[in-house]
Amino acid sequence: MARKLPRKDVVIVGLGWTGSIMAYELADAGLDVIAIERGPWRNTATDYPPGYAADELRYRIRHELFLSPSQTTFTFRNKMSEAALPIRSWGAFMPPNGVGGGGVHWNAETWRFLPSDFVLKTHLTERYGANFLPGDMTIQDWGVTYDELEPHYDKFEYLCGTSGQAGNINGTIMDGGNPFEGPRARAYPNPPQDQPFGHTLFGKAARDLGYKPFPQPSGNMSRPYQNPLGVRLGPCTYCGFCEWFGCGNYSKASPQTTVLPALVRKPNFTARDNSEVTRINLDSSGKRATGVTFVDAAGDEWEQPADLVVLSAYTIFNVQLLLLSGIGKAYDPAANTGVIGRNFTHQTISDVVSFFDPAKFVFNPFIASGAIGMCIDEFNGDNFDHGPHGFVGGGYMGHVQTNGRPIETTPVPPGTPLWGAAWKKAVKENYQSAIKPGTGVHGSMYSYRDVYVDLDPTYKDRFNRPLARITMDFHDNEIKQNKFLTDKFAEIFQAMGAKQVHKEYRKAPYDITKYQTTHLCGGAIMGTDSNTSALNRYLQSWDVPNLFVLGASAFPQNAGYNPTGTVAALAYWTADAIRSKYLRNPGQLINA
Amino acid sequence: MRRVAKLALAMLTLAASAGGAASADLQDFASVERGRYLAAAADCGSCHTIPGSDHPFSGGRPIETPFGVLVAPNITPDRETGIGAWSDDEFDAAVRKGVRRDGKRLYPAMPFPYFARMAREDVMDIRAYLSTVEPVHNPVSVNKLPFPLNQRMAMTVWDRLYFMPGEFRKQPDKSKEWNRGAYLVEGPGHCGACHTPKTALGGDKSDKPLQGYTLQGWVAPDITSGQGPLAAWSADDIAQYLKTGHNRFAAAAGLMGEVVDLSTSKLSDDDTKAIAAYLKDISGPKPAADSSADSHVMAAGSAIYQDLCSACHKSDGTGVPNLIPNLANAATVKTDDPTTVLRVVLQGAQSVATDKEPTGPAMPAFGWQLNDAQVAAVATYVRNHWGKAPPVSEDEAKKERAQLDARTN
Repeated sequence: MARKLPRKDVVIVGLGWTGSIMAYELADAGLDVIAIERGPWRNTATDYPPGYAADELRYRIRHELFLSPSQTTFTFRNKMSEAALPIRSWGAFMPPNGVGGGGVHWNAETWRFLPSDFVLKTHLTERYGANFLPGDMTIQDWGVTYDELEPHYDKFEYLCGTSGQAGNINGTIMDGGNPFEGPRARAYPNPPQDQPFGHTLFGKAARDLGYKPFPQPSGNMSRPYQNPLGVRLGPCTYCGFCEWFGCGNYSKASPQTTVLPALVRKPNFTARDNSEVTRINLDSSGKRATGVTFVDAAGDEWEQPADLVVLSAYTIFNVQLLLLSGIGKAYDPAANTGVIGRNFTHQTISDVVSFFDPAKFVFNPFIASGAIGMCIDEFNGDNFDHGPHGFVGGGYMGHVQTNGRPIETTPVPPGTPLWGAAWKKAVKENYQSAIKPGTGVHGSMYSYRDVYVDLDPTYKDRFNRPLARITMDFHDNEIKQNKFLTDKFAEIFQAMGAKQVHKEYRKAPYDITKYQTTHLCGGAIMGTDSNTSALNRYLQSWDVPNLFVLGASAFPQNAGYNPTGTVAALAYWTADAIRSKYLRNPGQLINA
Repeated sequence: MRRVAKLALAMLTLAASAGGAASADLQDFASVERGRYLAAAADCGSCHTIPGSDHPFSGGRPIETPFGVLVAPNITPDRETGIGAWSDDEFDAAVRKGVRRDGKRLYPAMPFPYFARMAREDVMDIRAYLSTVEPVHNPVSVNKLPFPLNQRMAMTVWDRLYFMPGEFRKQPDKSKEWNRGAYLVEGPGHCGACHTPKTALGGDKSDKPLQGYTLQGWVAPDITSGQGPLAAWSADDIAQYLKTGHNRFAAAAGLMGEVVDLSTSKLSDDDTKAIAAYLKDISGPKPAADSSADSHVMAAGSAIYQDLCSACHKSDGTGVPNLIPNLANAATVKTDDPTTVLRVVLQGAQSVATDKEPTGPAMPAFGWQLNDAQVAAVATYVRNHWGKAPPVSEDEAKKERAQLDARTN
């Protein structure tokens, strides 16, 4: 029997980027806020100090900063006709764990989505006609526009101290920036990071081919920075241990280096770590959340009553918790009804590994940061005419080599033995002169009727709750898109002077064991119609108005960018709606 | 029966506290406000509150002294275990004369030799403020000293040797700001309690004011303008450090971090500037330019520094302003006594977070990773590469490690 704790104004489930941002904004508005986080508290100097932060075996291979599958996992299958099996070692994505969430171990690639991404269905239908889209594609408009989100993107970029070159300031195209980006009110707070040799060469080759390369916007600091909350970050040392690692140098934007130091000073904020929320509680009407139930590390169960519940866990846990709590109608792909679990998507990532003449090219690949690199955006979103190609979607592509870490980043030409003296010789010959971009082609994945999340009928977690079940496969549209993009990407490496270019296309079936990104999206999507979305445009539940659900679970489909910038902008957008609208008149903000 | 007895006791308490309240003037808002400010300036909370406790001033915090551990008493208005039943004269005698209510002498862990510089009016304001805090029933056994130090009689002799009563007197030839700074430093701020060298009996070496001392495993460096960190800092640097815990050179950690957190960050900008102006005006000895660091040790230290330290402190030791200390000018690096350097290398340190500088960056521990010779080498390197200070021996590193292992705080 759960013991009941004193009521709070707000309970927040998960203390990653969105939870931290929302906690700060609502505590700042004077509300009494508690955040409950499944994993441990994490501090820079004690949890990933420079002395061992760069331990590739510990963090990359053994996944120290991630959720342990023994604590909870998911089941996976490609097709509805198959039986799903539990994931026992993380592969295609890495579920975050602990205070800071994915914000601790991301690369800090800080993108905005394109204006057309937010009105995707309308935009593509108008340009190409409804018949151009595959029949089972279920893309939707978001219900919020780029212009509405712009101030919130800006707020996040200034919180993070994003390093980058603006491409479009109030409609004026800026030299050296991304000419395709939506208009921004002002420049990035910091200049781009210095580019290593290989990245610079890529930029030159892309320019020679007629593209407009630009440095990737980066949450790795190009110089010391103090953000609007007074929190300071130090300059990046280009050590190349960002993705899957915590930054021991206070140089990568994370909740720990941007929000939490200011948040924990607020007397009306409390954090509970090592506590897993098991259910969102509803009153007898089912239309109002009364708080959450959670289990602490001692195994004791507690009820935390609250007037407002903010769900801000990782994508798939948001969806799972809604399903387990009976909030909203579960999606049924056969009947095509229900909203929770619908429009689940991931990403379509591929790469081009290029080998250059060691006598002429010395790239020093270990000089890197998580978001360093030169990119082009000509093939993202609808920046190019899809008419002749027979697919929709796209992605940015770039020489974003994030590291030269010795266990993983030892590219050798195809045909080299996998081990032994010949392998060692090939590693030695190619280490300095090969390019293996961490990002490569970063492609969109649009939504389909048969790609979704529901509750597994067989497998249960340690609380005897059904595991979340993923049903996911690539469709022809994404395979075509990826082939087109990968070929374009390879042309740039050829132009750089590579002697051998090895294309690694993304192919069907979707492979759960091969890493892509941690960018799972959808499942509890925002939209304009309560029959096809779980949340309204303010990320407020259509069914339970005192519940807001943050994170990439709200994306109706994925765009060809890393999601964190948009995830955070939506969190600020929602916080603003709660502060300026909901608190004055608690209730449904949009009438369906 | 029991209920009647309880009621009678309650009434007695009420009557008594009404009597007590009349002396410390709770009705005077201005007095309470001044008292709150002075209690912060005097850093009362640092000793009398257990860190993180929800019961401020209720005592119980162990205070390490060179002679043994003392425990700070309860100074909440609780009548039985706090100071609720004390008269104003009794409170004043304790704060400014080091005399307890029972007539026995206080140990100078209570900085009454400095508080003696305060006016009685100031002390009464502090009392007015303390009367407003929540009374906490918390009996504290204050004395854990071994014989014969546990004999408070001995303090009579100590007082005769080291205690110089007498209120602060303004120096008419100095500015108002200077005099305010002098009052804060010598009086409530009791800076000399940590920063003035001590005799074998724990008294101030009055001929060497503020020229540096080591206590509780931290170096309190020379804060005159002669040598030590303040020689290079401007008055603004000092004021910023006191207010925020950070400046372009340094970050406050350890005991000074606590002082910033509980005391100096709560002072007005005018007062932190006054302290800075006064300290910059105090002359002190110039550093002796001498180092006999072995070149092999320096080479080893340099290699360790580049591997483990340069990512944050940078290759040239300059760090990042207000975030990572500048080792070439760090407060505690170049002093003769390497205690703080060794401690921070071995154990790491968390710098203070303040409203103005909420970051509170920390340095990780390296004691698990480096052996004594390596610790000594890197300490020698940072002390000598950008300046001159005596080399650190492997034996000193070993001793500091043992002391940290034995330390409870």
